[in-house]
Amino acid sequence: MTGLPAEAAQTAVAPPARWRGCILPLVLFGLFAVAPAFARHGGEGYILALALRVMILGIAAMSLDLILGYGALISFGHAAFLGIGAYAVGILMSHGVGDAFGQLAAALAASALFALVTGAISLRTKGVYFIMITLAFGQMLYFLATSLAAYGGDDGMTLPRKSLVLGTRILGEGHTFYYVVLACLVGAYLLCRAIVASRFGRVLRGTRENPVRMQAIGFNPLAYQLAAYVIAGALCGLAGFLLANQTEFVSPAFMTWQRSGELIVMVILGGLGSLHGAIIGAAAFVILEEVLSRITELWKMIFGPMLVLVALFARGGILGFFRGLRRG
Amino acid sequence: MSATLLLVQTLNGLQFGIILFLIAAGLTLVFGVMDFINLAHGVQYMVGAYFAAAFVAWTGSFAAGLALALPAALAFGLLLEVVVFRHLYDRDHLDQVLATFGIILFLNQGVKAVWGAAPLLVPIPPALSGSIELMSGLLYPVYRLAIIAAGLAVGGLLYVLVHHTRAGMLVRAGATNAAMVSALGVDIRRLFMVVFGFGAMLAGFAGAMVAPILSVEPGMGDNILILAFVVIVIGGIGSIRGAFLAALLIGLVDTLGRSFASNILRLVLDPSMASQTGRAIAPMLIYILMAAVLFFRPTGLFPVKR
Amino acid sequence: MTETRRSVALALGLGLVATTAFAQSADKVRIGLIQTLSGPAATLGQQARDGFNLAVKELGGKLGGRDAEVIVVDDELKPDIAVTKVKGLLDRDKVDFVVGPIFSNVLLAIHKPALDGGAILISANAGPSSYAGKECHPNFFVTSYQNDQVHEVLGKVAQNRGYKKVYLLAPNYQAGRDSMAGFKRHFKGEVVEESYVPLNNLDFQSELAKIAAAQPEALFTFMPGGMGVNLVRQYRQAGLVERVPFLSAFTVDESTLPAQQDAAVGLLGGMTWAPNMDNPVNKAFVAAFEKEFGYVPGSYAMQAYDTAKLIDSGLKATGGNTADKKALSAAIRKADFKSARGPFKFNANGYPIQDFYLVKVAKRPDGKFQTEIVEKVFENYGDVYSKDCKPAS
Repeated sequence: MTGLPAEAAQTAVAPPARWRGCILPLVLFGLFAVAPAFARHGGEGYILALALRVMILGIAAMSLDLILGYGALISFGHAAFLGIGAYAVGILMSHGVGDAFGQLAAALAASALFALVTGAISLRTKGVYFIMITLAFGQMLYFLATSLAAYGGDDGMTLPRKSLVLGTRILGEGHTFYYVVLACLVGAYLLCRAIVASRFGRVLRGTRENPVRMQAIGFNPLAYQLAAYVIAGALCGLAGFLLANQTEFVSPAFMTWQRSGELIVMVILGGLGSLHGAIIGAAAFVILEEVLSRITELWKMIFGPMLVLVALFARGGILGFFRGLRRG
Repeated sequence: MSATLLLVQTLNGLQFGIILFLIAAGLTLVFGVMDFINLAHGVQYMVGAYFAAAFVAWTGSFAAGLALALPAALAFGLLLEVVVFRHLYDRDHLDQVLATFGIILFLNQGVKAVWGAAPLLVPIPPALSGSIELMSGLLYPVYRLAIIAAGLAVGGLLYVLVHHTRAGMLVRAGATNAAMVSALGVDIRRLFMVVFGFGAMLAGFAGAMVAPILSVEPGMGDNILILAFVVIVIGGIGSIRGAFLAALLIGLVDTLGRSFASNILRLVLDPSMASQTGRAIAPMLIYILMAAVLFFRPTGLFPVKR
Repeated sequence: MTETRRSVALALGLGLVATTAFAQSADKVRIGLIQTLSGPAATLGQQARDGFNLAVKELGGKLGGRDAEVIVVDDELKPDIAVTKVKGLLDRDKVDFVVGPIFSNVLLAIHKPALDGGAILISANAGPSSYAGKECHPNFFVTSYQNDQVHEVLGKVAQNRGYKKVYLLAPNYQAGRDSMAGFKRHFKGEVVEESYVPLNNLDFQSELAKIAAAQPEALFTFMPGGMGVNLVRQYRQAGLVERVPFLSAFTVDESTLPAQQDAAVGLLGGMTWAPNMDNPVNKAFVAAFEKEFGYVPGSYAMQAYDTAKLIDSGLKATGGNTADKKALSAAIRKADFKSARGPFKFNANGYPIQDFYLVKVAKRPDGKFQTEIVEKVFENYGDVYSKDCKPAS
């Protein structure tokens, strides 16, 4: 049976499984879609900035979930792709190439290439060794970015405006950018869903369970993992492209190992291996950060233990917690 | 670039390596025996430094402060173990990452709340505050020689403990196959607790020793944590010998690289290009080294698990 | 199923609502203070916050006669978080002024959003050259200095003292590179080596060995925060203080002295002010600050204090009117207030014209440490980029 999300298999009595898996993401996207209407009631730019941040980090977290949740590949250098995407925009713009499609193509190509090269080397290792080597590559890219004095180095560089679409500044007007990002989020989600549900996705999950068995059947696990890694890298590059446009600023701070750690936390927090869980995790992380920091300067003393509690008691993150509630 | 300078930098590299070893030793044990990713090892190092600062200020003597800080670090580590970590041994690495990440956030903020954000001062013990003239114009603090001595002593002690005592045998067995050890009737919970406590104490000891020469401030453990992981990965997880050699290797590569990278590049590039490239490459060197080691030996130099 | 849907909607909704719920009081003038309040550099942000709050308190909680509301946010030294926070200050809190930040890379990120959002942006510390020339803006002011200028002080001192060979040491990031460029502007002797260390480097043994080997006549270094704490202590432990004079910028100041203590005594720095400066405004400021907060104020606190007084003067001139930003900005440009550092006026680009001094670290009779004025190096000194700033108007 193809096309069924993982969670559907676990419930005994259920309405048509296809529906069940769709409702939550639909609600999520619906909320994002109507947010601009809500925002009018106060702090419009701020709410939308927050929602944009959630969506963009959601795309990044989702790309990580693809390899982390489904492939069990813990990449501690995933923020590097955010940086690649962002710097593609920054570097091209500083050389006069302001076109969105050109920048996007460069962002995706550079991310995919970096993923291909580093993935080919990293995937030779397993477990914590894989974690460390992905970290190493992330760090190398970070140090490279800080040493590029021509592009701001450690300070980063401000972009004069958002990317031009076919020569127009349409992204800078009204809510256009917001809906473009939402479209990217939905598109990325559908893409990931399709990948996971396809034969490719099943081989990936099989490789996670038992690589030897997959090899025995005749699949080359390395090839599938590498392909997944490249796709994840490119998707995260897209997120980087959008991030640069949102902040209108590019900086090496986008790709520190702490950022990579935050992405991992978002994925786990939301619930591994569920794609929309990654978006929820990103939302929870960003919103908690905002709300708690307004309450007290020492907000990390609340946030830290919250993460510990989630790790200890909420198996499967936020989604798993609610799933557990549902089951009684 | 003189021979004396090269010798001095080598000594500096070794000293840096010894400090890395002190920190990585506990981490490799915990990881090797319990298969537990302890991201909080860096904050245990930091807490050890803060305890040392507090006790030294309280007692007025470095020796007394250190003597108090060690059991405090041990107790603190055991507290974390009982409250949080013990429940995570059976869990996925990711849950461990999440929980220890949360501990990092909590403790970094916590020490700031207790001791303030400004760096703390720990004075060098008067007995060790002299210097030796290594080369004309440069004095080398005796305290740093003491650190090297302490690191070597700890290394020797660990070696004896792990290879020549029964407890050490259990640790080595646990690192190779914990389930089997438990099946043979050993109280694995107690073993884990002992290993974790010892690891925490080692990290705290490293923090306390380093406090007089490096500033004690919130977040001081974060970058060291990454380096410690690099050390144990290169050395092979679970191997003390691997951690020792890898730590020295990294200390040397990093220090010599930073000092001489530009000079070496000057042989092939023009001076300004050489210095710019040298500056860009120097921080990357240890990561390049790690990637290279993992390329040829995907489980490190001295892997424990067969 | 409905439970999940409800829970998720609730969670997200709560989050959104919580952040919008905010009673706007119509009559207050609102200042958004964006500082670095977490991480190792938190002491600097705290100084700025304390200095600003002290001034507001001394003015009876009012600026320009209107009740003032100061909203403090933490940029965590992360540029993209700073952008979100500033947008929050503008859209949700409707601030009229954004004051801050400490670090130049954060300023580069928030400059555009803050000004596009209609606020007047006053940097109480970061003074990068980026906005001092062509990119100057009528609503952007700096109450500290242009970063290069402090380094230029030490360069001039080295030149005046006849040093022929100097060794330069800085961290490897933009501000570090700028510091060396600033030093060399007035120093015409030989630079023996330009040495960069990784940012957040804590152990300088290998650098000290190189310095000793090079045998320069003096060292110039820019090593802020924890790096400076370590460098100074290790420099003294290596016995270099007596052999190689230590000229520094932002390395020995009131934020690092409590940790450096005796190791820093006698070392030289450059600044526009020192706590022992002998004018009535400063004496009152330092006394009040130490009484209120219990520690010696540094330049970060002084600059924030001045900023509050500056805003007060501007608002007094416009009669409390914040709606007409053009008039307000012109009133601020007049800088009609008494600064703790003596003479202060603005250049065409919104950066200050002021005096610069060589300062030296000393131990006070009460055991605390502070910097003290040695000599004046520049008088009424503007930065070198202002000539490129054409008033937009």
